Amino acid sequence: MTNPENVLMLAGVLFTIGALGVMLRRNALVAFMCVELMLNAANLALVTGSTMNGGLDGQVASFFVMVVAAAEVVVGLAIIMTIYRTRRTTSVDDANLLKL
Amino acid sequence: MNLLETLSHTVPATGMFANAWWMIAAPLLVAAFLLLAGRVADAWGHFVAVAAVVFSFSIAACLFGEMLGRGAEERAVESTLYTWFSVGTWTFDVGLQIDQLSILFAMLITGVGSLIHIYSIGYMAHDERRRRFFAYLNLFVAAMLTLVLANNYLILFVGWEGVGLASYLLISFFQHKKSAADAGVKAFVMNRVGDFGMLLAIFTMLAMFGSSKFSVVNAGVPEMPAIWATLLGVFLLLGACGKSAQVPLQAWLLDAMEGPTPVSALIHAATMVTAGVYLVVRSHVVYEHSMIAQTAVVVVGTVTLLAGAWIGTSQDDIKKVLAGSTMSQIGYMMLAAGIGPAGYAFAIFHLLTHGFFKANMFLGAGSVMHGMHDDVNMRNYGALAKVMRYTYWTFFCGYIAIIGFPLTAGYFSKDHIIEAAFHYNVVIGLCALIGAGVTAFYMTRLMFMTFWGKQRWQPGVHPHESPKVMTLPLVVLAALSIVAGALMNWWIQTWLEPAAGNHPHEVSLIPTPIGLLAIAVVAAGVATGWYFFGRGDIPKVAPASKNPFTLVGRNVLYGDQLNDAVIVQPTYALAAASDATDRHAIDGLFDGLAHGFGGLSTQVRKLQTGYARSYALTMTAGVVVTAVVLILAHLA
Repeated sequence: MTNPENVLMLAGVLFTIGALGVMLRRNALVAFMCVELMLNAANLALVTGSTMNGGLDGQVASFFVMVVAAAEVVVGLAIIMTIYRTRRTTSVDDANLLKL
Repeated sequence: MNLLETLSHTVPATGMFANAWWMIAAPLLVAAFLLLAGRVADAWGHFVAVAAVVFSFSIAACLFGEMLGRGAEERAVESTLYTWFSVGTWTFDVGLQIDQLSILFAMLITGVGSLIHIYSIGYMAHDERRRRFFAYLNLFVAAMLTLVLANNYLILFVGWEGVGLASYLLISFFQHKKSAADAGVKAFVMNRVGDFGMLLAIFTMLAMFGSSKFSVVNAGVPEMPAIWATLLGVFLLLGACGKSAQVPLQAWLLDAMEGPTPVSALIHAATMVTAGVYLVVRSHVVYEHSMIAQTAVVVVGTVTLLAGAWIGTSQDDIKKVLAGSTMSQIGYMMLAAGIGPAGYAFAIFHLLTHGFFKANMFLGAGSVMHGMHDDVNMRNYGALAKVMRYTYWTFFCGYIAIIGFPLTAGYFSKDHIIEAAFHYNVVIGLCALIGAGVTAFYMTRLMFMTFWGKQRWQPGVHPHESPKVMTLPLVVLAALSIVAGALMNWWIQTWLEPAAGNHPHEVSLIPTPIGLLAIAVVAAGVATGWYFFGRGDIPKVAPASKNPFTLVGRNVLYGDQLNDAVIVQPTYALAAASDATDRHAIDGLFDGLAHGFGGLSTQVRKLQTGYARSYALTMTAGVVVTAVVLILAHLA
């Protein structure tokens, strides 16, 4: 068994990559995948914590995260598809009408 | 006899007295009927109105007869009709108190009221709103009877407001004339000032005694602190000043002459304006416990009797001369009421005789106007004695009564007041004496300008005597003007003693030195009147005068100008200042606040860029900051 601290480090690195991706990438699909990356980093941290404490709480919680992620993918992809159909772009910077 | 014992001594209402409320109900119901009936009643409505007042008079006369038959102890009757409302520990009953004082008033109101109703049949014969006029007159009679028959100050106040309303409606009866409408409003507004005093008085009574019943108030006054007794007296006096047109609330009475002449006779001479005197006499216990309030009544009365007489000397409008005279005579009554137990009976005595002779003269003036195409300017009259025999002779009876010609009504009643005033204070007595002289002067002037001298009629005016329905009431009132004094002189003091708490004085036919002096002063007044107005021709227009006395009198003592300067203009200024404050300070503050927030929001709005990535950055930063704070807090 690998050292759980290394796994937590990995989860942290993955989360940071995801967060930076959301903030820096313009492509909506990539940003979306980065969100998924952050969710999975959180899952990894939960499962690791569960292993470290010898309980099942973290593993149960990660199932909930996966359910939420699945639902989010459905809604998110639908939004991206609709934006692409109407505006012929997937850049999040081009969808900037929500302002005065 | 102990004053309080006599005051609270009333017996329950039985027999005729239990039906006394019909006196008020009959004219009230007829008034409502006439106002609701519409044109159906145009042809005969006024007869119903006359019948209602005559009915009330017959009840009053029966009650009076029954009271005469009883012993002095059993005359005052009190009956509670029903409970109006209860609030907390206070209960307000609608009750009547028929005692020696109120029955005299009821007789005067319904008696003179009946005569004036009959007279109005002739006077208002050609007015298309006659039905309405009679409805208002009946409303007035009902309200005035409520005022004098109430057994507590709250019901009295209901009547007080009722007569104010009727007065307003009748002063502005010729509503197509702006002057009449304005005069009605003026009377109404000035009366509100007095009503303010009345309300304060009633509040004071409720706070002090928990009731406004006469018996409770009279019993409680001796125990109340002196300062409150004084305040109560002053509040009541303010109310009396408003209703009775006493200085400083006198300015409305002359304008009130815009109303039809029977109204002037009934409301603004014989009855309503004397309500203030009734109030003071009814509240005599209050005044007996406050020297200051009592002195205030005397001063108000004395000032008004001189002011009214002064106005009477310089007006050319016959009704305004009589209105000034009314003010002056009510001043006498106030003076007598303020003198104390020595004067109460004389105040009421003069009130009754004045009710007769002044109603007589007002109706006479109405008869003259009737014959002169509604002209009221005495400079267009002259020599009417020959063409209007009845009017002239009845008016002459009123004239000798008011100046106090020996053995007429005014001679008895006014001389008593002058004499009592001299016993009270020599200065006040002299003022009353001067007032008597001036009264003789202006009434003589009126007689010379109206009935004697040469005719100065406007072209096309053919004076004629009024119909019988108008002259008959004049004859009755003229007879009363002559004999009422002698009838009541020896009787009224003992009659009123239980109700008014006065101390009867010996009266005799042989004049006292002061009485002789008064006769001399009156003779001098008549002679002066003859000297100025009886010898030569009277100019058609009032001659320009530089005499300050004349100018002040012609301008009604500058009462309107004074009110304008002291009350109206400051009120306007206050309104303008409030408006400016509201517009600039208050609105400015809130408008500025709103602009400030608007500007701030414009700045805050710029944070909304619409870029999803910048929102993500903000969220991340927020999470990081929150996390750092939590961790630091945890560590600390």
